Amino acid sequence: MIHKIVSKKKLNHDTYKIEIKAAHVAERFRAGQFVIIRIHDKGERIPLTVSSTDSKKGTITLIFQVVGKTTFELSTLNAGDSILNCVGPLGNPTEIKLFGRVICIGGGTGIACIYPIVKALVEAGNKVISILGARTDRMLILESEIKEISSKTYISTDDGSKGHHGFVTDVLKIILKENHTAKTINRILVIGPPQMMKAAAEVTRPYQIKTIASLNTIMIDGTGMCGCCRTYVNGEMKLACIDGPEFDAHKVDFDSVISRLSMFRQKEVLAYKDFKKRMRLK
Amino acid sequence: MIKLGGTRVPMREQDPRERIKNFKSVPLGYNEEEVIQEAQRCIQCKGLPCETECPINMKILEMIREIANGNFKKAFFLVKEDNPIPAITGRVCPQESQCEGACPLSKRGHGINIGKLEAFVADWARKNKIKEEFHIKEKEEKVAVIGSGPAGISCAVDLRKFGFQVTMFEALHKAGGVLQYGIPAFRLPTEVVDYEIQYLNDIGVDIKLNFFVGQNIKFDELRREFDSIFIATGAGAPMFMNIPGENLKGVYSANEFLIRVNLMKAYKFLEYDTPIICSGTIGIIGAGNVAMDAARCALRLGVERVYVLYRRTKKESPARAEEIQHALEEGIILKELVAPKRLIGDGDGWLKETELYEMELGEPDKSGRPRPIKIEGSEFKIKVNTIVEALGSMPNRLFLSRTPELEVNKWGQINVDLNLRTNIEGVYAGGDAIRGNATVILALGDGRKAAESIRNYIRNKSRRNLVL
Ligand SMILES: Cc1cc2nc3c(=O)[nH]c(=O)nc-3n(C[C@H](O)[C@H](O)[C@H](O)COP(=O)(O)OP(=O)(O)OC[C@H]3O[C@@H](n4cnc5c(N)ncnc54)[C@H](O)[C@@H]3O)c2cc1C
Ligand SMILES: Cc1cc2nc3c(=O)[nH]c(=O)nc-3n(C[C@H](O)[C@H](O)[C@H](O)COP(=O)(O)OP(=O)(O)OC[C@H]3O[C@@H](n4cnc5c(N)ncnc54)[C@H](O)[C@@H]3O)c2cc1C
Ligand code: SF4
Ligand code: SF4
Ligand code: FES
Repeated sequence: MIHKIVSKKKLNHDTYKIEIKAAHVAERFRAGQFVIIRIHDKGERIPLTVSSTDSKKGTITLIFQVVGKTTFELSTLNAGDSILNCVGPLGNPTEIKLFGRVICIGGGTGIACIYPIVKALVEAGNKVISILGARTDRMLILESEIKEISSKTYISTDDGSKGHHGFVTDVLKIILKENHTAKTINRILVIGPPQMMKAAAEVTRPYQIKTIASLNTIMIDGTGMCGCCRTYVNGEMKLACIDGPEFDAHKVDFDSVISRLSMFRQKEVLAYKDFKKRMRLK
Repeated sequence: MIKLGGTRVPMREQDPRERIKNFKSVPLGYNEEEVIQEAQRCIQCKGLPCETECPINMKILEMIREIANGNFKKAFFLVKEDNPIPAITGRVCPQESQCEGACPLSKRGHGINIGKLEAFVADWARKNKIKEEFHIKEKEEKVAVIGSGPAGISCAVDLRKFGFQVTMFEALHKAGGVLQYGIPAFRLPTEVVDYEIQYLNDIGVDIKLNFFVGQNIKFDELRREFDSIFIATGAGAPMFMNIPGENLKGVYSANEFLIRVNLMKAYKFLEYDTPIICSGTIGIIGAGNVAMDAARCALRLGVERVYVLYRRTKKESPARAEEIQHALEEGIILKELVAPKRLIGDGDGWLKETELYEMELGEPDKSGRPRPIKIEGSEFKIKVNTIVEALGSMPNRLFLSRTPELEVNKWGQINVDLNLRTNIEGVYAGGDAIRGNATVILALGDGRKAAESIRNYIRNKSRRNLVL
C-alpha cells in the first residue's frame, strides 16, 4: 500500500512535520504508539512516533529530525509524493488515567512524541506540568500547542536563548525541590535523547515518583521477531517494540540503550554521505 | 544407455571459492538431459517407500515416470496436485530423512535425487509460463489466513480452489514468512518465492501486508468479519541464551541477522539502506539449518573466519545434510562440543571475546540425541567480533497475549486436534505455530489439511443454517 504525503512543513533547520494518509493507523492510534515506515523498496524500516491524527481525513502526522540517510531522504519528499509502507499503530499505548498531577518532559524531537500524551492526560482530567527542552530557541517545536493545554509549561535551552539556560533536568530539579511540590506529583513521563531520560530518572529516583521513559532503540520489524530492540529492564530482557516502548525509567539500563544505539553508526554515516553525493550528482 | 539403479547424476554447483562471493543459487539445477537420466535410474519399487516417507505423500513414482519420458508438463501437473510449492520444497526439504532417505538406492549413497527432480519440473514450468489451470466456482464465505509462510500459502491456495474468498494478513512488508526473511537466496532464490506469491495474487488471494494481527488489527475483528480463520503465524520470536554480555554491540539473534541480510538485503548495502556489521571472526551458536544459513551468509559478507559453535557433534546436528556439506566446503569451521558461558566486551560496548565451556555427551535426552554436559573447569576464550545466536525460536508472544482465549501448551504452541481445530469454533491453526521449529513441508501439509477442515466446517455450518 502506498501512503500519500498530504502536507509537509519545515519546523526548524533539521526538523520536519509531515502528514500522511494512513486511515487505518489514524483510526486506531492511541497516545504513545508509533509506526514503522519504509520510503521505497530499497529503504530501511524506521520507527517514528505518531504526533497527531485526523481520523476524518484519515491522516497521521509525524515529526522527525534529520539524523541520517532515511530521515534525510524523508525530508526531501513533498506533498503529493508518497512513501511505500507504514505499519502501525505499533507498541503499547501510554497508560492514561486520572493520576492527578503529572510532569511531562520532552527534549528535542521528543517534544513531538510527548505532545499526544500530554493531550490524552489532560483529557483524562490530569493537571499536566510540561517541561520542554531544546538546544536553542529556534529548535523548540510545538511550544504553543503544549502551552495551551498544560497547566504550566517550562522551557529550557542549552544556550539560554529562551527560558532556563541549561537542561530540562535542571528545571525538573527546581520544581521538585520547591516546597512540597514533589509530594503532589503522581507521575512523570519523559521522552527525548536517552542521555536526557537517564538523567531525568536519576533526578526523580530519590523522590520515588513513578517515572516513565519511552525508549528509542533501533528497530526493524516492530513485531517481536528480530530482537534488535532488546533492552534490559530490572535485569530482564525486554523488547521495546512489543513490551514497550515505555518502561519504568528507574529500572531501565540506559547505558546499554545508549551503547546499542551506536552499533551501526559507522555504516549509517557511510549511507548518509553516499546518498548526499548521489543527490548532488542528480 | 541408462542403468537402472546406477550412480546418481551429479548436480552441478557453483565452485565454493566463487560462490562465497555471491548470493546466487549454489546448485545450478539439472538440465533436461540430466533430469531424464536421473529419472530413468528409478527402479520403481513396489510399496513406494519414497512416497510413504514424504510427509504429504506426493505421487513421486508417477512424477519420475513422466520426467523419464520427457513429459515435463504432465509431471508438473501431477506434482501440483499434492504440492502447491514444489520449486520450494524441492530445494529445502530434508530429503535425506524423508523421500530420498527411504529410497533403497540410498543405501549405496545413490538415492534418486527426488528433490532436484521436483524443483526441476517446477522451474521448467515457471520458465515456460505453464500454470496449473482450474476453474474457481466462487462462494460467498470468507476465510482469513494469518501469516504468509508455507502453511498460510498452501492453505490459501486450496481455499481458493474450493471457491472461498481468502484474505491473508502478514505483519511484514513482504509475504513468504521464513521463505522470504529467513532462508537465504543462495538456497532459495528470491525470484522463486516471489513467483509463488504472485501466483497467490493471480488466483485471487487478497494479501494484506503490514497487518500485525493482535496489534494493529484485532483478532476479534477478524472473527466478526470472517467465517473461519487459519492461524499460520509460525514460530519466529528469537530465543536468547541469557548469559552475560548479550547486550554488547556485535551480538545478534539469528533472526535479526537473517532479516537484515535476506529481507532487507543488507548484503547489497548502499544500494539498499539497511546496514549489517560483521567482519573479522564470527561465531554462530547452534548447528541447525538456521545456524548454517547465518554462517554461510557471514562468509558471503566477507568475514575472515566463521566458527559454528555447537554443544553436540556434527552427527547430532539437525541441519539438512546438504547444508552442512555445503557449509564445510565453503570453509566454515565447525567447533564441536562447546557452549558459551559469557560474552566479553572491549570496554567500549563492543564484543571482543567469548568464553566457552567444553562439553561431553551423556545419555540421550527427550530429543533422542545424547545430552550435552558441561565440563566444569574447562573454560577457554576465543576472540570473536560478532556472535549470532541460532538457538531456535518461539511463537510470537504478542499475538498470543492478545488472544488469551486461544489454548496453547507451555511452549506457546497452539493446541489443535487431528483436524487442526483450535479450542475456538471456526478457528484452525498449523505450521510452526503448533509445532515449534519444524519444516516447510510439515507446514505445507498442515495448510492443506486445515483448508479441508475449514471446507467441512463451513459446509456443516451452512447445512445447519438451512435446517434452522
Ligand atoms: C519507538 C520510536 C519512536 C521514534 N519516534 C521518533 C520521532 O517521532 N521523531 C524522530 O525524529 N525520531 C524518532 N525516533 C528515532 C528514529 O527512528 C531515528 O532517528 C531514525 O531511525 C534514524 O534513521 P536514519 O536512517 O535517518 O538515521 P541513521 O543513519 O539510522 O542514524 C543516524 C544516527 O541516529 C542514531 N539512531 C539510529 N536509530 C535511532 C533510533 N531508533 N533512535 C534514535 N537514534 C537513532 C544512530 O545512532 C546514528 O547516530 C523514534 C524511535 C523509536 C524506536
Ligand atoms: C533460517 C531458517 C532456515 C530454515 N531452513 C529450512 C529448510 O531448509 N528446510 C525446511 O523444511 N525448513 C526450514 N526451516 C523451517 C521452516 O522455514 C519453517 O518450519 C516454516 O517456514 C514454517 O512455516 P509457517 O508457515 O508455519 O510459518 P513462517 O514461515 O514462520 O511464517 C509465519 C508468518 O506469519 C507472520 N506473522 C506472525 N505473526 C503474525 C501476526 N500476528 N499477524 C500477521 N502476520 C503474522 C510472520 O511475519 C511470518 O511471515 C528454516 C527456518 C529458518 C528460520
Ligand atoms: S515434498 Fe519434500 S519429502 Fe515430499 S517428495 Fe518432495 S522433496 Fe521429498
Ligand atoms: S524409492 Fe527410489 S527407486 Fe523406489 S520408486 Fe521411489 S524414487 Fe524410485
Ligand atoms: S524491532 Fe524486532 S523485535 Fe523489536
